[in-house]
Amino acid sequence: MSQTHSPVADAWTPAQIQAVIDAHRSRPGAMLPMLHAIQDRFGFIPDEAVPMIADALRHTRAEVHGIISFYHHFRTHPAGRNVVQICRAEACQSVGSRQLEAHALKTLGIDYHQTTPDHEFTLEPVYCLGNCACGPSIRVNDDIFGRMTPAQFDELTDELSTTVVEVK
Amino acid sequence: MTVTVYVPRDTTALALGADRVATRLERGAKARNVDINIVRNGSRGLFYLEPLIEIDTPEGRIAFGPVTPADVESLLEAGLLEARQKHPLSLGLTEEIPYLKRQQRLTFSRIGITDPISIEDYTALRGFEGLKKTLALESQAVVDEVKTSGLRGRGGAAFPTGIKWQTVHDQPPGQKYVVCNADEGDSGTFADRLVMECDPYLLIEGMTIAGLAVGADQGYIYLRSEYPLAHAILDEAIERAVNAGYLGDNIQGSGRAFHLEVRLGAGAYICGEETSLLESLEGKRGLVRAKPPLPAIEGLFGRPTVVNNVLSLAAVPFIMDQGGQTYADYGLGRSRGTLAIQLAGNVKRGGLVELAFGTSLRELMEGFGGGTLSGRPLKAVQVGGPLGAYLPESQWDHPVDYEGFAAFGGVVGHGGVVMFDDSVDMGDQARFAMEFCSVESCGKCTPCRIGAVRGVEVIDRIRAGESFEKNLALLTDLCDTMVDGSLCAMGGMTPFPVQSVMKHFPDDLTPRQAVTAGGTTC
Ligand SMILES: Cc1cc2nc3c(=O)[nH]c(=O)nc-3n(C[C@H](O)[C@H](O)[C@H](O)COP(=O)(O)O)c2cc1C
Ligand code: SF4
Ligand code: FES
Repeated sequence: MSQTHSPVADAWTPAQIQAVIDAHRSRPGAMLPMLHAIQDRFGFIPDEAVPMIADALRHTRAEVHGIISFYHHFRTHPAGRNVVQICRAEACQSVGSRQLEAHALKTLGIDYHQTTPDHEFTLEPVYCLGNCACGPSIRVNDDIFGRMTPAQFDELTDELSTTVVEVK
Repeated sequence: MTVTVYVPRDTTALALGADRVATRLERGAKARNVDINIVRNGSRGLFYLEPLIEIDTPEGRIAFGPVTPADVESLLEAGLLEARQKHPLSLGLTEEIPYLKRQQRLTFSRIGITDPISIEDYTALRGFEGLKKTLALESQAVVDEVKTSGLRGRGGAAFPTGIKWQTVHDQPPGQKYVVCNADEGDSGTFADRLVMECDPYLLIEGMTIAGLAVGADQGYIYLRSEYPLAHAILDEAIERAVNAGYLGDNIQGSGRAFHLEVRLGAGAYICGEETSLLESLEGKRGLVRAKPPLPAIEGLFGRPTVVNNVLSLAAVPFIMDQGGQTYADYGLGRSRGTLAIQLAGNVKRGGLVELAFGTSLRELMEGFGGGTLSGRPLKAVQVGGPLGAYLPESQWDHPVDYEGFAAFGGVVGHGGVVMFDDSVDMGDQARFAMEFCSVESCGKCTPCRIGAVRGVEVIDRIRAGESFEKNLALLTDLCDTMVDGSLCAMGGMTPFPVQSVMKHFPDDLTPRQAVTAGGTTC
């Protein structure tokens, strides 16, 4: 297995956010690259970044909010250490992704867009990962896994889990 | 002597453990004191055999697959590094594997053979020949060549590429753009990804030719954020192409310029629609724009813009190198050249099949695909992405071409073929089509925004047996309204899969228990 890159990066300060904004503000169509850069760096787009982005790109705050909320990729709250995306699209459905989905929701005990209480996993739906000949497919951070079964899913989440299991 | 071994590095090969296969090969060779050179090539697109590893021999490359990490030791024991073919995973010469041999690979001629980011590999197999010919021509002659090829957009709408380029070419000089639509949001499609991950210079060359043809010096690749590997490979390839003088201010000493940048989408299916994509590139919400004006006249930042799919642009280097007529000589009717068919879903031998238009779906699904993975009978196939109809067996013998498919309500789209066995519940699939639209609608027009939500509710009531006949009539009505009243094909085509289920798989829509008038629930 290749190394998974956790989306959670540093805590942020206004000065750091401003630095990211300044690095992108003069590009044509700077909004998406800027939002990506903020999320890549800090793991999410803090509310406090909204007025700063609005100011830099001469938008209203409402416009910036509208843009962030339009795109499924952007999040306004920190995610767990591992973002797990399960493909819900047709090719994966045809080889059992609906069952995999049900299993994942049940074993992690959360719904989509939620994070486990120990902050290990955030679950997201995704519509196709381009691995449609070898589904069901999931993505964990930047790694994609094919032919995923419920049993393999459990193994994978066990491996990724850093919480020490209590030995009785 | 050094043994060269190829281990693919595309998303699917990696998703099936290719990195660990490479590590174990390296370790195993070291333990045996054999000098080995592992080349991380792209994938041949024969995904059912991935990870497909190859050994260089004087007779050609010999393939083994599918190789799991656990197989590596036994392969080495059986003499893999001496190219002995005694192991059960041995497949003989790669080029002789029937699945590959029977294809007509024009666009994908290099795919899986080369190290994707090696410019030397690319140019050794005619890479940049089309660009060199383009640089010696007037821009109109380039547009003419593409017109001669008969190439039509591979992203869905099948609009003639040469005519689109002509429109942009004919706009007054000034800032123009080439935008590559690399959003590839359709389920069952991965051909764009393969081009970008396994032969990125092909796309770079195609876009540069487009820029030279229409007078644009800036290009953007709008790439979906679901493809992190393609992103890394494209960025690396662009940097190397600039350094080698194939991109930049002075392409191959011609004094002509073309610049290229990758921009990431953010997980919105609708941003594959070209006007929504342009809005997104400009930094806005991806709301669909009403047409006219066409993007070719008023596109990105209000300037004339070519928007083409990855595969349309990737077909161009061959056309410029070998001639538009050579390309046009493949195909059927007004569908010229080759189509990248992507066999996906419940399929035994899934992967990429590039063939001239005109092969039947049955031949693709059975001859190439080998039927279902589960071994159960095929029941339905969805062609052309989530907005395409589900086709029942009676429609599998049609040759695949744009006009032929349209005649019976089929959609060729981007060439994705998603197979389902008889365990599928088509009622679930109809419901999902509406649900997907409700999640992904841009929200600009009512038939789509509200219609999709109502669509899910009505299907739920039908399946619960609630006022069955009445709700079925309502669903029919709703579909018609969405088809006729939507601003773009998202709302306009979402009913296609639903209507196809109503028409061809009506039994799956009825509740499981007998329904009496007025309705009972199951
Ligand atoms: C809802 C919707 C989604 C689309 N998604 C894509 C896509 O992911 N990739 C693509 O190339 N074209 C997509 N298209 C088609 C584009 O709007 C456009 O026709 C295409 O990019 C033009 O390029 P081409 O002429 O080379 O096909 C989509 C269209 C609609 C209506
Ligand atoms: S049909 Fe749907 S996606 Fe298209 S413009 Fe209307 S609301 Fe937007
Ligand atoms: S449909 Fe799941 S990866 Fe494409």
